[in-house]
This record gives sequence, C-alpha cells and structure tokens, in this order.
Amino acid sequence: MTRQRPAAGDGGLPAAYLRTGSSSFTDFVAEHEPSLIPSRRGLPPGGTIDAPHGTTIVTLTFDGGVLMAGDRRATMGNIIANRDMEKVFATDEFSVVGIAGTAGLAIELVRLFQVELEHYEKIEGALMSLEGKANRLASMIRGNLGMAMQGLSVVPVFAGYDLQERIGRIFSYDVTGGCYEEHDHHSVGSGSLFARGSLKKLYRPDMTPEQAVRVAVEALYDAADDDSATGGPDVGRRIWPTVALVTVEGARFVPDDQVAPVVDQIIAERVGNPGGRPGGRPGGPTAGPSGGPTGGHNAQQHEGGAR
Amino acid sequence: MSAGMPFYVSPEQLMKDRADFARKGIARGRSVVVLAYDNGIAFVAENPSRSLHKIGEIYDRIAFAAVGKYNEFENLRVAGVRYADLRGYSYDRSDVTARGLANAYAQTLGTVFTQESKPYEVEIVVAEVGEDSSRDQIYRLSYDGSVADEHGLVAMGGASDQIEERLTQHWQPGMSLGPALRLAVSGLSLDAAGGPDRELGPESLEVAVLDRTRARRLFRRIPAELLGQLLSEQDPTDDAPAVEQGRAEHDSPRQASTNPQTQRHGDEATPDAD
Repeated sequence: MTRQRPAAGDGGLPAAYLRTGSSSFTDFVAEHEPSLIPSRRGLPPGGTIDAPHGTTIVTLTFDGGVLMAGDRRATMGNIIANRDMEKVFATDEFSVVGIAGTAGLAIELVRLFQVELEHYEKIEGALMSLEGKANRLASMIRGNLGMAMQGLSVVPVFAGYDLQERIGRIFSYDVTGGCYEEHDHHSVGSGSLFARGSLKKLYRPDMTPEQAVRVAVEALYDAADDDSATGGPDVGRRIWPTVALVTVEGARFVPDDQVAPVVDQIIAERVGNPGGRPGGRPGGPTAGPSGGPTGGHNAQQHEGGAR
Repeated sequence: MSAGMPFYVSPEQLMKDRADFARKGIARGRSVVVLAYDNGIAFVAENPSRSLHKIGEIYDRIAFAAVGKYNEFENLRVAGVRYADLRGYSYDRSDVTARGLANAYAQTLGTVFTQESKPYEVEIVVAEVGEDSSRDQIYRLSYDGSVADEHGLVAMGGASDQIEERLTQHWQPGMSLGPALRLAVSGLSLDAAGGPDRELGPESLEVAVLDRTRARRLFRRIPAELLGQLLSEQDPTDDAPAVEQGRAEHDSPRQASTNPQTQRHGDEATPDAD
C-alpha cells in the first residue's frame, strides 16, 4: 500500500462540479463549458452552407413494442456523402432516436442526448420517464432553432417503450422544438412522404416484430424508389437498413443476417411488380422468389398474410 | 480572517484539530467494505436506507463508495459523475479513468481540508474494474486528500481497523462472489465496542458490484432477494454466475441494452477496441 499526500495545486474538481444543481448534463455543460453545446456556438451571418444530410427514417408500433428503421445514405446536394451511415441510435435501454437533416449536427445532438439520459439515471438513481425523455429532446431541438434558420436543421423522431403504460410510443418533432405524439407509425426525412404512404397501406395493428420489420423495410424500399436522396438496398455492397426494436426487454438492433433475407425477398417480389401490388406479378411471389436467399420464417410470414 | 482570530494557533495544532474533528465524524458512521472477487469488485455497506445510497455508479467501469456525512459525500459523488460524463463526452468513453477521478477528488479534499472553515467528514473509495483482476484499481481517499492505492480490500468508517484486520486474515485473491460477500458481512458485523458480532441481514445491507463479465456499464446493484441467496451457505447460488441468473430475473433489459455509443459493434465484450 502506497500512501501519499497530493501536492497543492490545480487538478481538483472545479467549483461548478460541486455546486448543487439540476440532474441535467446539458444544463451543466451549457453553464460550465458552453462551447460543447451545438446551440451555444454562434454561426457567422450569411448564406447557408452545404453539409451532409441524412434522409429517411420510418418508425411503427407493433404488439409489445416499437420499431425504428433508417436507410444508410447521407447526401450533400447531388453527391452521396456516405453510403453506410447509421441514423438510428439507441439512446438508452428503452428508447431509440432516428435523425434526418444535417448529419453532423444531428449525431452530436444524439450523443449529447445519450449522455443526458445516462447522467440523469446515475444522479437520480432512476430512469427518466418516456415523456420526460421526449421533452428533454424537444428542448435540445428548440435550442437549435438559430442554426435551423441558417439551413442546419435537425429533425429527429423518438420512440421508446413506456414502462408505465407498457406500450411502444412514438414522438415527432418540428424545427422549433414542438413535440407531438404519433400513433401507429411515422416517418421523417426527404423520402418520408413516400414511406408514409407505404406505411399507411402496409401497417396493421398488433403485428409481430417480424411482420413489423418487413413493413419497415418495404416502406424504406418505397421511399428509395421515388426519392433520389434515400438509399435503396445496396445488394452489391451488402449494406442493409438499420433496424432497431424496443420492447420490455430493452432496445436492440436486428442483426444484418436477419435484415438481408427480408430485403432480398422484397427485391425479388418487386421484379415485374415495381409497385408491390398485392397478388404480385404474373406467377406471383408465392411461386417462390427467384433472387437471393430467403429466411424460412420470413417467407412463411409473408405468405401467411402479412400483407 | 486573522482579524477574527485573537489567539495564535500553530499550523500543526490547526491541522491536528481538523483531522481529529473529521476522524470523529467518520468514526460515528456505519462502515463500508470494498473487496475484489474473481469476476469483479464488490461494495458492501451497512445501510438500512433503500434510497440514500452510500454506493454509486460513476461510469462504465468505475464506482464510488463512501462513509461519513451524507450531504458531503453525495456532493462528491455527483461531482464525480459530472467529471466522468463530461470527460467521456468531450474525449472518449475509454478516456475516463479511476486514477484521474481519484486525483481530482484528492485535490478537492486537500483544498477543503486546508482552506475551508471545516474539513469534509468523509472517506471515499473510487474503484475501477479491469479486464482481469490484476488490473483492478481501488483508491481510498481520506478527509485530508491523502490517497492510498489499495490491493484486494478496504474497510472504511466505524471500526474500520478491526474490520480490515479480520478481513485480511481470510480474504484471498480469486474468491467467488458468495464467499466474498459473506466475508465482507462478517467484517461489518464486528462490534466496535468489543461485544459479540451483530446480526446483519440483507435488509440492512446495500450491496453492488462492478462485474467484469458484463458489457459496457458494469455497475449493478444486488437486490435483497439475490443477496439473501448469495449470503446463505446452504443456497447453491454462490458465485458470479448467480449474478447472471439474478440478472435475467431482476433487470434483464439493462443487460440486453445496446451500447449507444458504439452502436451494434459494442455488443462484443471489448468496447472501444477500435
């Protein structure tokens, strides 16, 4: 055992650390080191700048939870800035957030939000309520309004499992920080109009998680079909959408080897039937998809009337 | 300050008075034992309260335990969480270390001891669990800011010297959790006044572990029911796998959670490997 007395000097905890205050990490940082908060950094006046943008996120509830999925593309004007960006993040054990808009800013915001939730949990010794989390995120978006007005907007969608109500819930936001609860399903980003149309047709209450995965991937397919900024399935590079599920068991990501068969099956069914019309092309999907492998249970579930 | 002080007090006397004052305050409280076991580090406090904790999570691999005045060590615990979260946010999660935090605490306690009107009446442990037991770190910090790098076990507060004496005789590296907790409790049940050992049940204990077999956030409280099983000689739940088993029953979502910072790649047991 070595015992030593430290020399006097700096290196101790600054007074702000020892001050009694809120359990909010963001509030603490904003006061103590404001440059780390995106909204506290002023932007020079003038025109907008070009930065990578994230595109389409879909989210929907199913029996026992909520699902969120996103394509993997980021665009900068007509350029594909990134092909395999993750835009759906687990923010704590029971919640996920998906981001559209200025990617750099959005990811920074998500990182801050993740620490915010964990910080609260450690200081308070309890998880924040789902609505509390949704409101914290709203206040962070609100702080970003100045940047949004210069073209750097962040539009997230938040979903989580409500441990009190025991259901999956979805919250959407606008650039002013308005927070709205959505029912059944929601979509944000450049391809969201097409994804929403698709979700509207495909969504059924009380789906199984497997059915929900299929619906989400198909909605992203439809978004990519009509929106040039949304990345379609990249079969050549084997890049698949990010799919996260939140249930009473917590948040988890569906592994690639389970997403790939769903994507392959959808692609196969769309051959000669680009709109995905039920009943399919002549000789239909029930004749057996010709392209790519299919996961056994996915094929079954499809034929069993997921649509 | 000197205007208000009519008599000369030598610095030696002043420091001694402060130290005596702090020591007396600390000795009044119930004790805490921190000890290493095969799969991690266990924190055992005599604490009948379910909400006013003496043990707390600081960061992924780091925890905190304290004895003395609650408001003072709670203040330090919150400061530690702020320190760790801010550091992890502005650098990387792997850049948050117990050594850094122990240094910061030492400076703070030292400054308060010499400069404030009264010293903190606290003693704290900052511990970080390593990839294997040889890399475990346990730092003990005193009211005056002195730091000790401890190996294996620490007892603080109340009759800490007697407790440590008893524990050192029986503790050995590589103990599994059950026996380690039984040993800790036998130490805590020592009567400071020299009477027979007291009876300490799960309801009067606060127990938590840093379990190196888990992913990312390794801190976990041991609920009373599981603690009862671990402390019972008859019950087969006797070592680390018991924690795994209890985990599924008590708070599985926490274990199943995905690492938010490293996303899906964090599922492997080696976070921040790249």
